[in-house]
Amino acid sequence: MFSYCSDPSVLDGFAWLSCYLTTGTHMLFYASFGVVLLLLAITAPIALLFGYGGAMASRSRIAPIRWFGRIYTAMVRGVPDIIFFLFVPIALDQGLEWLRHKALCDSDAPVRQGNDFVVCAAAKLPLSTSPEWVHDIYAMTLAVIAFSVVFGAFAANVLYGAMQAVPRAQLETAEAYGMTPRQVTRRILVPQMWTYALPGLSNLWMILIKATPLLFLLGIEDIVYWARELGGAKTSSFAYPHPDWRLYYFLVVLVFYLLMTWVSERVLGRVTARLTQGQATLAGEAQRKAVAP
Amino acid sequence: MSCAQTILDYGLRSLGIGERLLPRSDFTLCQQVTLIGSGLIWNLYFAFFALLFGFFLATGLALAKTSTNPWLRKPADGFIFLFRGSPLFIQFFLAYEALVLLPRAGVEIFGLTVATSWLAKAWAGALIVLTLNTAAYSAQNFHGALMSVPKGDIEAAEAYGMTGWTKFRRVLWPTMLRLAWPSYTNEAIFLFHATTLVFFSGFPAFQQRGDSLYYASYFAGQTFNPFVAYPIVAGYFILCTLALIGLFGIVNRRLNRHLPGAARRIRYRPQVIR
Repeated sequence: MFSYCSDPSVLDGFAWLSCYLTTGTHMLFYASFGVVLLLLAITAPIALLFGYGGAMASRSRIAPIRWFGRIYTAMVRGVPDIIFFLFVPIALDQGLEWLRHKALCDSDAPVRQGNDFVVCAAAKLPLSTSPEWVHDIYAMTLAVIAFSVVFGAFAANVLYGAMQAVPRAQLETAEAYGMTPRQVTRRILVPQMWTYALPGLSNLWMILIKATPLLFLLGIEDIVYWARELGGAKTSSFAYPHPDWRLYYFLVVLVFYLLMTWVSERVLGRVTARLTQGQATLAGEAQRKAVAP
Repeated sequence: MSCAQTILDYGLRSLGIGERLLPRSDFTLCQQVTLIGSGLIWNLYFAFFALLFGFFLATGLALAKTSTNPWLRKPADGFIFLFRGSPLFIQFFLAYEALVLLPRAGVEIFGLTVATSWLAKAWAGALIVLTLNTAAYSAQNFHGALMSVPKGDIEAAEAYGMTGWTKFRRVLWPTMLRLAWPSYTNEAIFLFHATTLVFFSGFPAFQQRGDSLYYASYFAGQTFNPFVAYPIVAGYFILCTLALIGLFGIVNRRLNRHLPGAARRIRYRPQVIR
């Protein structure tokens, strides 16, 4: 990056470090922090949407929809979520390729032949002729969907509980005014549920942050991948010979996560304080008393 | 090959007993169920010992966190922040890299050579990480419970002349456990689920002796078929989770036996991975 870096063997001390930390592969490492933040930014709203759908479905009056919602919210109980992270992307990938196989391929050959999953070239996802970045985006999309499905189920749990916690009298009053069920949901239920949902949702956000290293298991080149590549003594992506420095790289990653959770805790604490203001809850009452002695 | 023979061959494969080679082709359902079940031994091992050691460590940490002495309180706070604020996945990586750096030949302490190579093995290294992790999470639970022990209970104990250890042992501790037990049950379930991370992070599976998810992903990788192996491991975990809830429910009833009607059913509130 710097002009004096052309011959790193003569450098030492700080100058050497500044060169070492600005190599092309290190730039990719720094960019991968952005990948993690991007995943968080995309996944959180989608998961919230999935959660809202799941919670509404489990409150539905139509039995099959209700069963679907209940099964979806119960799905994550009892089963480690890492299983879903491994299962959902492969299952989705194969499901899509199978559908395309049915639609695009002429052959009637079954997709499962022994231990192989075979589809014709036209049904491959993404097409083997497509450029590198399409493959990257496809892998990232599958990862986002896997995260959204799992965290949507958790969010559905939280939102369902929050909807149950809204005082029944509020909804009954709205019904007495002649509002339709749809109006009751939109005007009364949804605005009031947030204060009950916030503790659960902030907990979920912290968990989502701490689940992002699992991207590595899905084959995304995230911070864990680069920390292993750059720190390892014998990896392909790196020319400079050095002993095993993975410990230091992982320490950097650890500090990044500690910083993320610390900042989130602060921000969420502020938001909670803001939302409890004037609420008829224990916390809101405590806040009122603290201000007016 | 009959199913009974498969169970004999692979039932204890995860411990290194029985057939050495894993099946390579023509996987039967029986093989998958047996091998994944065999791997479950590791999950149960990690969960059991991490909970056992973590429980006592967590009690100590919770007490240190309530202490007025900053030399006790600050380290406890730091420890809890470190382990609750970072992903378990990274903790595994970091611990493995750190343990591998220990000298092969062992460390000399007071002229004695202490072997260290066993620390980098999953059975010890991962167990240490899981123990510290669950201790941090449970300490937070226990601390919250300790803070909500009724003032009257403590005053009554003091009126009887109880102090120090006696007061803690007979009044504070049982009440703390009683209050913390529902959330501690959730913590135990999550620790059990977190044991699946061991062989997916830093720790390698020595001679392919892995946990249930390790074998499940082996089958899924070999057959390109996720629809058999993963539901099997999911089924095992649902059964084990139900058993765990049952066991902790018995303890909960025992802790609440002096309060008729207080032993409400423990509600399982998921909290996911860390």
